[in-house]
Amino acid sequence: MRHIISPTDLTVSELSGLLELAEEIIESPKKYADVCHGKKMATLFYEPSTRTRLSFEAAMLNLGGSILGFSSADSSSASKGESVADTIRVISSYADICAIRHPKEGAPLVASLHSSIPVINAGDGGHNHPTQTFTDLLTIKNLKGRLNHLTVGFCGDLKFGRTVHSLINALARYENIKFVLISPEELRIPNYIREEVLEANNIPYVEVKSLENSMPELDILYMTRVQRERFFNEEDYIRLKDIYVLDAKKMTYAKEDMLVLHPLPRVNEISTDVDDDPRAVYFKQAQFGVYVRMALIMKLLEVM
Amino acid sequence: MLNIGGLNQGIVIDHIQVGGAMKIYTYLNLENLDCSVAIIKNAKSNKMGRKDIIKIEGTLEDLDLDILGALDHRITINIIENGVIIEKINPILPERVTNVLKCKNPRCITSIEQGLLHSFKLTDRTKGMYRCVYCEQSFDRR
Repeated sequence: MRHIISPTDLTVSELSGLLELAEEIIESPKKYADVCHGKKMATLFYEPSTRTRLSFEAAMLNLGGSILGFSSADSSSASKGESVADTIRVISSYADICAIRHPKEGAPLVASLHSSIPVINAGDGGHNHPTQTFTDLLTIKNLKGRLNHLTVGFCGDLKFGRTVHSLINALARYENIKFVLISPEELRIPNYIREEVLEANNIPYVEVKSLENSMPELDILYMTRVQRERFFNEEDYIRLKDIYVLDAKKMTYAKEDMLVLHPLPRVNEISTDVDDDPRAVYFKQAQFGVYVRMALIMKLLEVM
Repeated sequence: MLNIGGLNQGIVIDHIQVGGAMKIYTYLNLENLDCSVAIIKNAKSNKMGRKDIIKIEGTLEDLDLDILGALDHRITINIIENGVIIEKINPILPERVTNVLKCKNPRCITSIEQGLLHSFKLTDRTKGMYRCVYCEQSFDRR
C-alpha cells in the first residue's frame, strides 16, 4: 500500500507512468468508466476548497466509484477535538482510499502513519499539494509535449504558495530547466527551496521583481494568488495582494507558444481579458486535474 | 581564557552558542543533579567571538552526547579526570531525533495533534540542519 504525501513520493519513472495513464484516460475515458466500481473514496477536507475536493470526487465518480466525506472541520469530529490519527483509524474502515486537506502542515503524513488505506495529500497548509503538481505536470506535458528544456516563470506569492514549491521540486528533476522567480521581496521563495533544491542541484534560476521584463524568455508562466489565509497580518496582505496583474498588454511580450498556468481560484492577478488568449490554459489545467487524479486513484487502488 | 583547572572530575560542555546554555541545562535536567554546575555565559572565544560554557562536577550517567549535538551542533564536550582533559568529544549528529527539539512552526500539525512525537530529521550534516518530519520547517536554534 502506498500513500502520496509529497510530489516527490513518485520517482520520475513512476510519474511518467502516471502521466501516460492520465493521457490514455483523456483518449478513451469510457474504457475506465467502471474500473473502481464498488470502491469508496473518503474526502476529508478540514479546510474549505471547491475545486480540489470536487476534482477528487469527479475523478472517483468518473471511475465508477463512490464518495463520502466532509467539506469543513466544522462538520467533522475535529470540531469536538478529535485528532487526525483517530479520525483516519475510523475512516479506514469506511472507505478504500482517502484524500485529506488540512490547514496544518504535516497532517496528511500523520494520517498516513495511522491509516490502513492509501492516503492522498490534498493540500496541507503552505506545505505540499502533490496532486496539483501532477496536474501542472500533465498540463505542461500534454500541451508542450515535454517536461524538459523549459524556462519556467513563477509569479506572485512564492513564499507561501505551496503549489510553487511543489512544482519547483518536481521540475528540478528534469533536464535543462531554468526558473525565473518573480515576486516582491517579502514573498520570495523560502531559503530551503533556494538552498536545498535549486543550489544543491545546480539548477539555474533568477529572482526578479518585474513580470514585464521576464515575459519574453518564458515557455511557461505560472501565476499565483496572494492568499489571505496564509497571512497573520491583514495589512501585509492588502499591501501585496494586487502587486502583479497579468493582462492582455503584458501577454504581447510573451512567446507565441508560451503557456499561462494558474492553480485557481484566480482573483485579480489574471485579468479576464487574458481568458480568451489560446495561451491561457488554466481552465484546461483544471480539467487535466480530474484526469490525473483518476490515474492516481487507479494506481493506488491497483485496479489496472 | 577561562580556567577549568578547578574541576577535578567532571564534564565541560564548551562552545555553546551564546544564549544556549540554559536550554542545554534544562534538557539535561541539571537542576536535579546532586553536584555543582557552573554556567558561564557570554565568555570570550577565539573561534566564536562569544560562547556559553557549562561545567558539571561528577559524571552524568547515560548522557546521550549525540543528542546534545542536535541541540547545538558546534559544541565540544571535554571529559575531565584528575584535573586534566582526558577526552574531547565532538558529537556525531544523529539522523533523527525524537522529542528533544520542538517544532516552532505555528502551522505545523505538532502544534495541535495530541500525543504526536516531535520528530526531526538531519537534512544537512555540515550545517547541522534539522527539519521537522511533518512540516519540514528547519529547527531554529535561537
